[in-house]
Amino acid sequence: MIEARVTIRNRAGLHTRPAATLVKTAARFQAEFFIVNESLEINGKSIIGVMTLAAEQGATLLLRFDGPDEQQAAATVVDLFERGFDEQ
Amino acid sequence: MNVPQAAREEIILKGFAAAPGIAFGPAYLYSKEAPLVEMKDIAREELEAEVQRLRNANARSEKELQKILAFAEQKLGAQNARIFEAQIMILNDEILMKAMEQRIAAELKNAEYIVADEIGKYRRRMLESPDEYMHERAHDVEDVMHRIIRNIRDQKLFSRLDGEAIIISETLTPADTVIFSRNQVLGYATDLGGVSSHAALLSRSLKIPAVVGLRSATRCVNTGDDIAIDGYGGIVAVNPSPATIERLRNTARRFREFEEQLVGMAELPAETLDHRSIELSSNIEFAEEIPFARIQGSAGVGLYRTESQLIGRGEYPGEDEQYEVYKSVADGVYPHSVIFRTFDVGGDKLMPDAVSEENPFLGWRGIRMMLDRPELFMAHLRALLRASVRKNVRIMFPMISSLHEVRRSKEYVEKAKKELKEQQIRFDEKTKVGVMIEVPSAALLADEIASEVDFLSIGTNDLIQYMLAVDRDNSYVAPLFQQFHPAVLRMIRMVIEAGHKKHVWVGMCGEMAGDPLATILLVGMGLDELSVVPPVLPEIKKIVRSIRHREAKRIAEKALSLQTAEDVKKFLTDVMKQKLPEIPIEV
Repeated sequence: MIEARVTIRNRAGLHTRPAATLVKTAARFQAEFFIVNESLEINGKSIIGVMTLAAEQGATLLLRFDGPDEQQAAATVVDLFERGFDEQ
Repeated sequence: MNVPQAAREEIILKGFAAAPGIAFGPAYLYSKEAPLVEMKDIAREELEAEVQRLRNANARSEKELQKILAFAEQKLGAQNARIFEAQIMILNDEILMKAMEQRIAAELKNAEYIVADEIGKYRRRMLESPDEYMHERAHDVEDVMHRIIRNIRDQKLFSRLDGEAIIISETLTPADTVIFSRNQVLGYATDLGGVSSHAALLSRSLKIPAVVGLRSATRCVNTGDDIAIDGYGGIVAVNPSPATIERLRNTARRFREFEEQLVGMAELPAETLDHRSIELSSNIEFAEEIPFARIQGSAGVGLYRTESQLIGRGEYPGEDEQYEVYKSVADGVYPHSVIFRTFDVGGDKLMPDAVSEENPFLGWRGIRMMLDRPELFMAHLRALLRASVRKNVRIMFPMISSLHEVRRSKEYVEKAKKELKEQQIRFDEKTKVGVMIEVPSAALLADEIASEVDFLSIGTNDLIQYMLAVDRDNSYVAPLFQQFHPAVLRMIRMVIEAGHKKHVWVGMCGEMAGDPLATILLVGMGLDELSVVPPVLPEIKKIVRSIRHREAKRIAEKALSLQTAEDVKKFLTDVMKQKLPEIPIEV
């Protein structure tokens, strides 16, 4: 299991479009993916779950990956956050 | 409860006219209340069938939504159809679906109950958020939940809406308006909502009569009741009497006859008998409205609401995405001009930023927000300037209340121009920049503001609201929202005179510009432009073409000398009856 902390960089936080990008990216890996925001833990492969995260710009999230390709999954997803989901 | 005798009595409900037209038909009471879901145990041998019911319902729901999405894209454009995309994404959420299937198996409960319970959890969390945007998303989630439950029960959405109907509901979202318009909807009547709500704007462009702010319509009406809806006068009659039907038929006929007279008006210039020409343009918010505005004889767009791009999304579109929209609008309007009002977010308008304010109309809205968000403002201005290559783009700032804001806004325009030049991106160097006069302080400073900009456009809706301290969407004080209030007329005259002294063009893009009763007065006061909703354009043009400017001036002087709104209204009504008896005026 790997854990990583990320900060939301894009302006709109985790709204519908970035949420969809995140879910799609996570789905490419076998590893399970969970996001913890304060006390709430949700499945990062579930769009309705990610939509529920009222994560605004500047918020910090804990990401948890567990599975055979967890290294690669973590690297890809963290990179996505760092690029601000390629949004302006 | 069924009370046959009472049900036959006529009930007249008074609201606000939101979209013109008259219709008669049966009521369809549209209730957004959650379907009642019971928790039931299922036997182990029913398990497989129960899971299958859920899967089928899910597939059917997606099919329905795909159809709605395609329809919304065609009617409203891809941007505004996004609300439905989010709902489809939820239906495709495999984790969610698997969780629900597993729960049916583990708890041996009926599918409806599991759907309501599982999706309801997410909905509750969204509603607990302080973020307005999350509350909107909660509605999406709720809609999806109801859709699946309905499909599990194998019910059709509008099973009772076969044939034509007048929709009665507490409130309507833009999504509801679009969905219903696929059916044979004759009219909309709602308890809540204002005439400037998005649903009202949409029903106008879909040409469906609408009355809003009826307060108790859903309590007085049952599905199947006979209804007459009057979208000119803002009235809904339940079980209308023969006299009411007769009266409304007459009104409808007068409007129809008048509309026939207007055929051909589109090609004629908007000028008075003594050849003073008035620029008659349209207020729009979707590029899709341009063809209709053209047919109606519009000379360009006097107000394009850029914030329409934000509907149903929680973020500001990037520069390129904005540019695509503005470019298509500028191209569609060419060779005429289009005035783009910069993002006017806040107040009653949707706001992607999570801010909750005690008093949003006096809060962080319009130019105030843009000046506090330079990176957003710059992307917005760059996109607008890039769309100006055909030299028909004008930029207008909303909610200006001081000269300082005008100067700062212009500095950003200059900065955006400089950047574009450095990057060798083409734009029109002479793009005209103007101010929307809608705050009394800006009206009082119109003289100074006019010295620094290319045009002024009077936004009467907010100007009147701020001057008279009346929220017109608040039905308790709405009658106090008087556009013919002498103080309002004097302030409008002041702005026009100030602008003309500085040789800048003065227009009006508020609703008053589209009120036929006000046309002679406004022309007489000297406005250069009237920007109105496309449906009323031919009528306003007809009035302009029926008078002499000199005469209009005299009428305006007389109106300005009167002391109460009631007197002004009565005077103008008499003038219209005398000069243009064929124009149907609703008083």
